[in-house]
Amino acid sequence: MESTEFLVRSAVILAVFGITLLIATYSTYAERKIAAFIQDRVGPNRAGPMGLLQPLADAVKLFFKEEFVPANANKFLFIAGPSLAMLTACMASAVIPFGNTILIDGQYINVQAIEVNIGILYIFGVVALGVYGIMIGGWASNNKFSLLGAIRAASQNISYELAMGMSIIALLLVSSSLSLRVIAQQQGETLFGISGMNWNIFYQPLGFLIFIICAFAETNRVPFDLPECETELIGGYHTEYSSMGMGLYLFAEYVNIFVASAVMATLYFGGYNFPFMYDLGLPHNLVTLIGTGVLFIKILMFIFFFMWVRWTLPRFRYDQLMNLGWKVLIPLSIANVIITAAVILISEQGLPW
Amino acid sequence: MQSLSNRAKKLEKKPMNFSERMYLPAIFQGLSITMRHFFKKKATIKYPEETRPMSAVWRGLHVLKRDEKGRERCTACGLCAVACPAEAITMVAGERKRGEEHLYREEKYAVSYEINMLRCIFCGLCEEACPKAAIFLQNDKVAPARYERDEFIYGKDRLVEPMPIQNQ
Amino acid sequence: MTGNIFYFLAFLTLFAAIGVVASKNPVYSVLFMILTFFALTGQYILLNAQFVAAVNFIVYMGAIMVLFLFVIMFLNMREDTEQHKPLMSKIAAAISGGILLVIMVAALKDVDAGGYNAENFNSQIGLVEHLGQVLFRDYLLPFELASVLFLAAMAGAVMLGKREPGEQNRF
Repeated sequence: MESTEFLVRSAVILAVFGITLLIATYSTYAERKIAAFIQDRVGPNRAGPMGLLQPLADAVKLFFKEEFVPANANKFLFIAGPSLAMLTACMASAVIPFGNTILIDGQYINVQAIEVNIGILYIFGVVALGVYGIMIGGWASNNKFSLLGAIRAASQNISYELAMGMSIIALLLVSSSLSLRVIAQQQGETLFGISGMNWNIFYQPLGFLIFIICAFAETNRVPFDLPECETELIGGYHTEYSSMGMGLYLFAEYVNIFVASAVMATLYFGGYNFPFMYDLGLPHNLVTLIGTGVLFIKILMFIFFFMWVRWTLPRFRYDQLMNLGWKVLIPLSIANVIITAAVILISEQGLPW
Repeated sequence: MQSLSNRAKKLEKKPMNFSERMYLPAIFQGLSITMRHFFKKKATIKYPEETRPMSAVWRGLHVLKRDEKGRERCTACGLCAVACPAEAITMVAGERKRGEEHLYREEKYAVSYEINMLRCIFCGLCEEACPKAAIFLQNDKVAPARYERDEFIYGKDRLVEPMPIQNQ
Repeated sequence: MTGNIFYFLAFLTLFAAIGVVASKNPVYSVLFMILTFFALTGQYILLNAQFVAAVNFIVYMGAIMVLFLFVIMFLNMREDTEQHKPLMSKIAAAISGGILLVIMVAALKDVDAGGYNAENFNSQIGLVEHLGQVLFRDYLLPFELASVLFLAAMAGAVMLGKREPGEQNRF
């Protein structure tokens, strides 16, 4: 009994880790393909069928390049920077519920690496930690442009974390739980007479909008990629990086995108729930399997959206970025919290008069 | 100031209205444009497998023609060199010796004939100037990229049409 | 197992805390301080106080230390450009630090750490639900007063940061 649970658990953990890395790897390929398609080009199509081996070719190329450390750089921190970025990026996917439970020998086992009852705070904390990788790398490069990129990353992340936290608070008022698994389970209830459609997007559309904008800012994606703004800062925090240091930074960005997509799909778009999931009369394990597949479809659609936006919008100016964060998103999210709280209060206790 | 052509458009900087300040409608407009391009036919020609269709009058690499008996038509009159606007053509004329009648059609022929492909603009004026119909610009060949500048000076070895097989 | 983790975390905390004081490069000091907070977060998790751990993680490690690092990176201090401090100020610093130590020792000498009763101890006391109940039921007024204090501090920060009319842009 114990051993089957242990085996399934470790298999789930390995699968989560492997799938995270695999999706991040193929995100690089997808990014280039999508960019090409939007610009009426074909994109990578030489390595393997349809260019499917391109990520491997890129990785081999990056590994064989010279690992260059600038003369006056702080060598330890210079190497620690990208490693830290990669570490924090990979940590976040541990608490995301990738599926409902599997029934083995009359025992329900979660399809999730670890279940903690503060899962959302954990993700928030790990994402907040992600900026250290960029800051340390940018500072250790001993280069003005890298430093400016690092400082931009820090100020941008802190600014948008506030609005993100506020939009999550409004969501927590609705779900009244900090556990991602509980939030996902609640969205499997019946809405409009359809089971598995009780998605939070119907309750928190404004919160979702704020969250997705903040997610773009937190992952340093266009239109918020000012830390690596090449027109102003050469390459930003990774100006001095070459070889796998550079590769780790780029890879960490794609892992972050995957995590952000997974969090958005879990929090607002029903997680592993899909319409009519309990009406079809399918066995429990099959529903779980389909649910996991549906969650990954949702995640891939969010990843596609990230890339679609990247190849559509130009970059913000720095003062526009700060104005949007502090003067638009934070007041909006506070208003969202107040309205949500008021609606919940009135619906539970009736009007005060 | 009065504009001379009267075509200048007067622009007024109006303050943005609410929907413009929201930016979201504009963003969705942009997203729909890129989505349309996503499904459009791609303009790329996958070169080694596919080649661009060439026009019948397309002007590519030069060739010095031979006549029906396999003799070089060029008589080194220099009209092509005179006509060339880029001054890419140089030649040295020589007299045909006895016993060389099967090689050169006229009594005077080009001992050396060089075209600098870095200077050439492929205008085709040499082709029009030639009284002997000796030089032509092919429509199926281009001057390929090379590593050295010298390699772009095409001599007779690379310009003259190869001998037809039955005459050898 | 838990005891070993505790000793490891305690060692890490003390090592990093000494590193904060001992390292010459201020950026290293900040990084050691982040490590200290990280170890403290681990201690909170060992105490089953998950919410405090998460808040310590997000607020201290994720926000406040980023700002620390931010400012120190901007200052761009170097060991060679740092001017030599006079002997008098060193002595003064040692005396004031020593006095603080004496006061702390004197204050903590007689403190009863407050043991716990193993029978009726609730291991779930540090979880979010209990914390919320306690904060918003028993200590509602102090909690709200603290938020007023934060608001006042925020308004003060905005006033300090506001540009006076006629003041030149300093950057």
